[in-house]
Order: sequence, then structure tokens, then C-alpha cells
Amino acid sequence: MAEPRIVIVGAGPAGVRAAETLVASGVRPIVIDEGGRDGGQIYRRQPEGFRRSYASLYGSEAGRAEDMHRSFDALRDRIDYRPETLAWGIWEKQLHLLQGSRTSAVDFDALIIASGATDRLMPVRGWNRAGVYSMGAAQIALKSQATAIGKRVVFMGSGPLLYLVAAQYSKAGAEVAAVLDTSPFHLRVKALPQLIARPDVLLKGLALTLKLRRGGIEIQTGITPVEIEGRPEIGVETIRFRTSKGKVRTIACDAVALGYHLRPEAQLADLARCEFRFDAQTRQFFPVKDADGRSSVAGVYLAGDGALTLGADAAEVAGRLAALAVLSDLGRQVAGVQVARLRRRLRIFERFRRGIAAAFPWPAGAAAALGEDTVVCRCENITAGELRAAVSDNGAVEINRAKAFSRVGMGRCQGRYCGHAAAEVIAACAGVPVEAVGRIRAQAPVKPLIIGAESDAEQAA
Amino acid sequence: MTSNESGRFRRLGEEGRSRLVFSIDGQPAEGCKGDSLLVAMLMQIRHLRSSEFGDGNRAGFCLMGACQDCWVWTDTGERLRACTTPLAAGMRIATKAPEQAWPSLA
Amino acid sequence: MKPMQADVIVIGGGLMGTAAAFFLRRRGRSVILLERGLVGQQASGVNFGNVRRQGRFLPQLPLANRSREIWGRLKELLGEDAEFLATGHIRVCYDPRQIGVIEAYAQKARDYGLDLELLNANSLKARFGFFGPEAIAGSYSPNDGHANPRLAAPAFGRAAARTGVAVFENTEIISIAKPGDDFQAIAADGRMFSAPIALVTAGAWGGALSRQFEEPVPIAVHGPQMAVTEPLPYRLKPVIGVSTAIPQEVVYLRQVERGNIVFGGGARGPAFADIRRAYAVPGHLGNQLRQIRRLVPALANMRVIRTWSGIESYLPDDIPVMGPSARVSGLYYAFGFCGHGFQLGPGVGDVMAELIDRGSTMTPIEPFHIKRFAVEAARSVSA
Ligand SMILES: Cc1cc2nc3c(=O)[nH]c(=O)nc-3n(C[C@H](O)[C@H](O)[C@H](O)COP(=O)(O)OP(=O)(O)OC[C@H]3O[C@@H](n4cnc5c(N)ncnc54)[C@H](O)[C@@H]3O)c2cc1C
Ligand SMILES: Cc1cc2nc3c(=O)[nH]c(=O)nc-3n(C[C@H](O)[C@H](O)[C@H](O)COP(=O)(O)OP(=O)(O)OC[C@H]3O[C@@H](n4cnc5c(N)ncnc54)[C@H](O)[C@@H]3O)c2cc1C
Ligand code: FES
Repeated sequence: MAEPRIVIVGAGPAGVRAAETLVASGVRPIVIDEGGRDGGQIYRRQPEGFRRSYASLYGSEAGRAEDMHRSFDALRDRIDYRPETLAWGIWEKQLHLLQGSRTSAVDFDALIIASGATDRLMPVRGWNRAGVYSMGAAQIALKSQATAIGKRVVFMGSGPLLYLVAAQYSKAGAEVAAVLDTSPFHLRVKALPQLIARPDVLLKGLALTLKLRRGGIEIQTGITPVEIEGRPEIGVETIRFRTSKGKVRTIACDAVALGYHLRPEAQLADLARCEFRFDAQTRQFFPVKDADGRSSVAGVYLAGDGALTLGADAAEVAGRLAALAVLSDLGRQVAGVQVARLRRRLRIFERFRRGIAAAFPWPAGAAAALGEDTVVCRCENITAGELRAAVSDNGAVEINRAKAFSRVGMGRCQGRYCGHAAAEVIAACAGVPVEAVGRIRAQAPVKPLIIGAESDAEQAA
Repeated sequence: MTSNESGRFRRLGEEGRSRLVFSIDGQPAEGCKGDSLLVAMLMQIRHLRSSEFGDGNRAGFCLMGACQDCWVWTDTGERLRACTTPLAAGMRIATKAPEQAWPSLA
Repeated sequence: MKPMQADVIVIGGGLMGTAAAFFLRRRGRSVILLERGLVGQQASGVNFGNVRRQGRFLPQLPLANRSREIWGRLKELLGEDAEFLATGHIRVCYDPRQIGVIEAYAQKARDYGLDLELLNANSLKARFGFFGPEAIAGSYSPNDGHANPRLAAPAFGRAAARTGVAVFENTEIISIAKPGDDFQAIAADGRMFSAPIALVTAGAWGGALSRQFEEPVPIAVHGPQMAVTEPLPYRLKPVIGVSTAIPQEVVYLRQVERGNIVFGGGARGPAFADIRRAYAVPGHLGNQLRQIRRLVPALANMRVIRTWSGIESYLPDDIPVMGPSARVSGLYYAFGFCGHGFQLGPGVGDVMAELIDRGSTMTPIEPFHIKRFAVEAARSVSA
């Protein structure tokens, strides 16, 4: 049999471990990543010439980061690595790529999508102002550029990243004005039985909060965001919120990091026509996969946070499992014990994920309370009122229908940042469950594609 | 180094990199080798562009190439996604769409 | 179950069906509109949005003219304008041999009341400076334009409902017959609808219904491919298209007022009528981009942010099926619009309403009669 053509999208923890597993079996995969360097989100490498140590960059994860980068470096000449290459479309067994302004296509027998996640956002009045960033953005500014997103930063939202990034800022010498968590504290206690599935991570989380408090940083839980105030030309000036006790407070700041955990980058899976399922606990859709990462489409495999937000350690396990699934489906011998062990580990991560979701819930209810003039879709500047009009005047209940009428989700980001909130706004307005509203269908290109793009003759034959 | 009060971002280390000169809307600006264009610009000014739909200035949002909020222009009309474009010496950046100067043809 | 009764049942809630229902109601008929999914979700909701007359099959121009007149009155008729803009439409060519074709068309179109302005390379450059050097001539239709397909059919549907049409969405008609004086349409869930008159406006699925009356048509389905750019300052007002004999050179574009440039053309993708989906083919985008750069080079720096396709029905002679059935009295058809139906929609609705109401129409539609396929159908049956 000819050498199987295996393509991996993503050189984060999931993609790297998948590649490593394939290489160990004598296969040379193509590894595609739009980033210039490997590492993915969490183990993002800083630019050449930066000198911060692993310890200062990755904290408690320094060892893992170093191991990941070393593993990848060791793979370099045994894989076909294509950095700065975007996978923007899929047609049957062909993946369409963009590198600079050249397009090309590669044929595959098996495709492992390890595309990672982006922040999950719930709008708040004023979140379209300059100076409001996603939680991930705040972290990237620091990790990859040694900068803070502002001189005085408020961290608002929910989820573990809220505390982690605030602590990283504080440690790096940035001024953290406050940490505002929409999740009430008691949920954390309630979720302990699940969170204990990963005691080490739980302890790290507790230590973070403690460190922040010791540093004199104000932490508020159970808050309700009211508004990010400022001026159109200047951007953010203050943030207003209601405390758990119902008191309205204002804090001066010039930047806000905003985020409610993560959502998968599942466009490629969607374009490959993979099925999706609704997860009632986190109120979002995930692509369907089996325990090892097989999607509903033969030849397409899913691994890491791009399939299910289980975190970096789990992404490594999922990447290995997906590669083993590919090998086994190609008729190679795969060690059953190894698979069983990896699956067991993944189940632990899944329990922990449920705990996190329970402790830091997605604030679905906030959508119903968004003011009529609050922008929901930042790209197209569409307000909650305009979206609701598509529902109440034009009868749109399904999200793609509401998109067609209101333009919500029609902008450059393709609904990445407004899609989940828009679904909640529609559900609340129409009085239907959010799963009935559905999800925004992905449309190629996964990211904007230049008209000047010229196609390569490559067309791997 | 280039700690600029009028800028939005703040540097927290990695000082001492070599400097790169570029310009924003014709004004001279300075960044460091290894800066993304977004960071270099936001060390100098408070925004990258303004929203097409009138709700004010924008300064990027995700910093990871996902939100597409940070597109700026070069003086020759190219578009650059500032958060994923490394700063290069001599870049001439515009914060306004050059097509605004196109005639309106009906 | 007792069937629901009206004067007319209209099957298919695209632009044809909603417009026909709206105009039938204005003529005092009671109407039931039956739509399998949601109104205007298929071809009518995803097309390019061209409200173009020039370049059409000449005998179709009276219908297109009638439709154009309605486009200009949408606000008054429906209370909303579906973003219709009479920005003008311009067709250019690259091949000197095509100049003659354009000129001949302009000459003949005049007889149908469509005045086109011919432009040579110089006037093209002077007036529309954005064309690439290969564009050597063109013709300009000042009163054509474009509209928002996402809004048009739903606007007709809502206006129809407001004026008393019984609109049933999520109602798929699986069988239709005329057992006695009335047609009986049966929905997938068993509901029954009945009327002495039936109009089939089921787009790509029209053939499945006409077949139930033994009037099969050789319908083919394809997915024309569309794309849209990021928003730019609103500068390119007219709709632009290429006049050519070479299929891959076909490209057309329009800028919407918010600034995005919508474009389409070139190879069509597969459409799946059974699952009601058509997919944009990534491999088809490359040629479209090449053609866009050729047509308007200054767009080379812009970014495409989305591509899509839709299910359109085509007949071998590239003109629709429109008019009364050749076999069953009280039965009418308007489907199979071969990629040109958006512009025609309001006119088709108005003409079909007139035909049903009066028994005849002032607008000639004889070339579109389903009987042109009868011979072929008989042949294929006997073969
Ligand atoms: C901004 C951010 C910060 C985070 N910080 C932390 C943290 O501090 N601690 C923590 O435990 N977890 C963090 N997470 C979660 C963490 O990212 C994941 O658990 C882990 O990185 C998942 O690994 P992965 O391999 O699944 O995806 P990723 O590490 O995200 O890697 C995905 C890779 O795929 C590439 N890619 C995606 N789509 C395409 C495409 N279409 N074409 C080409 N390439 C593509 C991306 O460039 C990326 O390199 C963070 C997540 C985000 C989004
Ligand atoms: C991508 C694309 C671009 C195009 N661009 C242009 C353009 O620029 N200009 C132009 O003039 N034309 C254009 N067209 C063509 C134009 O869109 C169509 O000709 C026109 O919309 C057809 O309208 P319709 O109502 O006949 O069909 P449709 O809009 O498809 O409506 C038919 C309806 O019937 C319903 N239906 C079918 N079967 C049943 C059943 N058994 N029971 C109940 N309901 C049923 C369907 O659900 C559907 O809603 C384009 C088409 C496409 C796909
Ligand atoms: S800031 Fe989001 S793409 Fe650059």
C-alpha cells in the first residue's frame, strides 16, 4: 500500500502528540499551522530574540512546555511541517490551504483536526470599545509580547483563565484593578466532588486565588456586568458592575480582559460535514466524536480543545488517541493497552471539565438582560435590539435565519465571538430552548482570504 | 525604552531589543524587533482603525488572528492583520481605509 | 381530517410563490401558501441579488420589465424595499468579437423598451475608472440594480400574511392530485389542503410535483457559487458583469450599501435537492478570484470572508416553466428559473395572479409553456 497521506491541522499539544505518535509508527504526516511557531495556545513560543525563561513564561507548566517544544523540535525533519499556513476549506478528501497569498490543496486519507479553541464571549454594553480584549488576548499580549493590554486592567468573566491571567499579569508587574467573576462562589464548593478528579490542578487554582488576594487585588464573585464605559475615540475609561449584594460599583480602568471560558474552533469539522451534538451543561454544540476522536465522517478525526474543551493535558492525550485511531483504521497494529490507558485518562479530564463548567457556568441569563442598544455582533455593529427584531418582527427562531435577517454573525469573524451569545438572545426572545436555535453554520474561508491569492500548481497528486 | 504615555499597551520586560522605525498615518513611530505590528502601534497610539459602522475606534480584540478586528492598511493599500504581522522596519501604516479616497462612481 | 379550503393553493414559498400569493390576494382571491421549510430559504434567499434585465433572453424582457416596475414600488406595496437599489448594471467584454454581440443585443432590446447605453474603451474608462485594461467595451443599463435576497421573499411572505394569505411554513406537500373539482394537497404530516386552483412554485422541486400530473420536465439542479468580501467604503455603485462566450470568464459583482462586495460566477457546484443543501466548492474560488482581479484590479487587496451556494433548477433550453398546465385545468406552474429568477420574481407573481384571475395575461409568456417538453416526455415514456 502506498504511504498513507495523513494531515494534521494544528501544532498545539494535540497536534504535536498526534504527529509524534504517527512518526513513531513510521508515518510522515503533514502538519499545518497558521502560526509561525509551534506550541499552540498554551505553550505559545515567544518571538526569536526574547529572553524570558520557561519558568517565567509558563510558570507551573514550564516543564510541560519545554517538553512539548523539545518533542516538536525532534520531529521537525520527520514531518512535513508547514507553518504560517491556514487551512481554509475542505472538499471531500482535500484540504485547501493559504500560505501568504498562495492557495494550494492537499489530498488526505486521514485528517486530524487539532484546531484548538478561542474565547467564549458574552457581550456587555460597551464591549465594542477600544481597550476591551478577550481573556486569551490579554494572556497573549503578556506571553508572546511581554506587554499588558493597558495600564490598569480589569479582568471580568468567568472560568479558570480569569484567575490565571490576572495572576500572570500581577506577577509580571502589571496593575490589576480587579477580578470580577460572574460565577457565585458557592458553585465552586458544590463542584468540588468533580474538581477533585484532578487534585493537582485544583490546588493550583486555589493557590492562584490566594496569591491574588495576598497581592491586595480585589476579587468579586457573583457579579453582574453592567457596562464598560468610555468614549468612542478614547476607548475604555471605567467599568460598572453590580456586586453579589446588589450594589452598583464603578472601577476606573483603561483596559478590560473579558472571557467566559472557551469554545472550540470547529469550522473545519463543520466544513468536513461532521455531525455536532448539543452539550446541555455548557449550552453549546461540539462536534461528535467517539472515545478515540473519530468524527462522524470517515477519515476525519478530532483532537484537543477544537473538539471538546478539556485543557492542554487532555489535548496531548486526545492527540495521541486520534493518531492511534488513524493507524488502527489504516490497518496498522495498535497496542490495546495503550489505548485503554489513554481513554481512562481522558475520562478523568472529562469529569474535571464537568466540574469546571459547574463551578464557572456560562452566564446564559445575561443574554436576556442585554439592553436593546448593546452591541451583540462587534464586526457588523448589530445590537441586541436589532437581533430581537429579527425574532419578533420576522419570526426567525433558528440562528442562521436570524443571521440572514439581522446580519449578526455575518462579519469578518464569522460569528466566533457573537454566535453563542446571539443564540441565547434569540432563545430568550423566542421562548425556545437554546439547542433549538442551533449554531451558526461554518462557511469557507475559515479566515479571510485575499482576492489577490494565486493558486499553486501543487495539487498533490 | 519606548514607554509612551499616549499608547494603550504597556511593556513589562524584554527591554533592550533593537529598535525598528516605522510610521503611522505619516507620523514617525518606533517599535522593537519581535513586536507584532499591533503591539508596536498600540505602544504609540490608542487604536488601530475605526469601525466601519460608526461605533468608534477599535484596537483589536483577540490578538490571535481570530476576530479580524485589527486589520490596518499600508500606504500602498495593502491590508495587514496587525496582531499576526511582525513589525518590520520602514512599514508605513495607515489607520484609515485608502478606498475612502476612491471616487464614487454611479 | 377536514381539508383546509381556499380559492388557490400555492405550493412553494420562494420569491415566486410568495409574490404570487401576495398578488392573488390583492385580486381578492383566498390563498393558502404552503412551504416545506421557511419562506425564502432556498434559491430565493441565497442568490446573488441581481435585478438585471440586460442580457436576458429577449422574449423574456416584457416579463422582466414588468418585474422591474414592481421592484421600484416594493416599499409602497410591502412596506419595505428589500434594499432594492436602481444603481444601474454594466456588462463589459474582453473579446472584440463580443462587441458585436453586445451591440446587436442593445439594438434588439430597444424594441422591448430596454434602453442600453453602449460604451467603448474610452467612455468605459472615463466613466468607470475601476475596470481593468482588458475591458474593451460594455453596455450600461441605467435602471437595473440589485436587492437583498435574504429579505425579498420573506417581505412578500409577511405582506401576503398581513393581507390574509394563510401561510403555512414547515409544511411539505408530498402528494397532489385533482380527484374531482378540487385539487387535494397532502402534507407529510397528513394535513390536507384543497382548492379549485393550484399553482406550483416549488423551484428545483417543481418537477417532482408536475410529474404527479404526468407532466415531467427534464430539470437539472446545480449550485451557482457566491462569495462576499469584508466591508469597504461604498464606492462601486453599479452591478458589474462580464459578457463572454467562455464560461469560466463569467463573473459578476455588486457592492452593498454597507460596503461588502458580493460576487459570483464561474463553475457551479453540485446541489443536493434531497437534503436541500448546496455547498460552495473551495476549488472553484481560485478562478473567481482571478476573474475578479481581471475585471476590477483594485480589488486584489480585499479579503473574501464567506462563500456559499444554493440550489437552482435549470432546464435544457435555459428558460423557465411558466403558465397553465397542458393537461389539467386549474393547474399552473412557475418554476425552473435557470439562474435568472430573482429579478423576475415579483413580475412572475403578478403575471401568475393575473393569469389565474383573468384567464389570460397582458405579458407574453408563451415560450415558457410546459407543453414544450410534452413531446420529449412522451418520447421518453415510449422509449
Ligand atoms: C488564548 C488562550 C489561552 C489559553 N491559555 C491557557 C493557559 O494558560 N493554561 C491552560 O491550561 N490552558 C489555556 N488555554 C487552553 C489551551 O489552549 C488548551 O487547553 C490547549 O492549548 C489545547 O491544545 P490544542 O492542541 O487542542 O489547541 P491549541 O493549542 O489551541 O492549538 C491549535 C493550533 O491549531 C492552529 N490552527 C487552528 N485552526 C487552524 C487552521 N484553520 N489552519 C491552520 N492552523 C490552525 C492554531 O494556530 C494553533 O496553533 C488557552 C486557550 C486560549 C485560546
Ligand atoms: C446562488 C444563486 C445565485 C443566483 N443569482 C441570481 C441573480 O443574481 N439574479 C437572478 O435573477 N436570479 C438569480 N438566481 C436564481 C434565483 O435565485 C431563482 O431563480 C429564484 O429565486 C427561484 O425562485 P423560486 O421561488 O422558484 O425557487 P425557490 O426560492 O427555491 O423556492 C422554492 C420553494 O418551494 C419549496 N418547496 C419545494 N417543494 C415543496 C413541496 N413539495 N412542498 C412545499 N414546499 C416546497 C422550497 O422549500 C422552496 O422554498 C440565483 C440562484 C442561486 C441559487
Ligand atoms: S486582534 Fe483579533 S485578529 Fe487581530
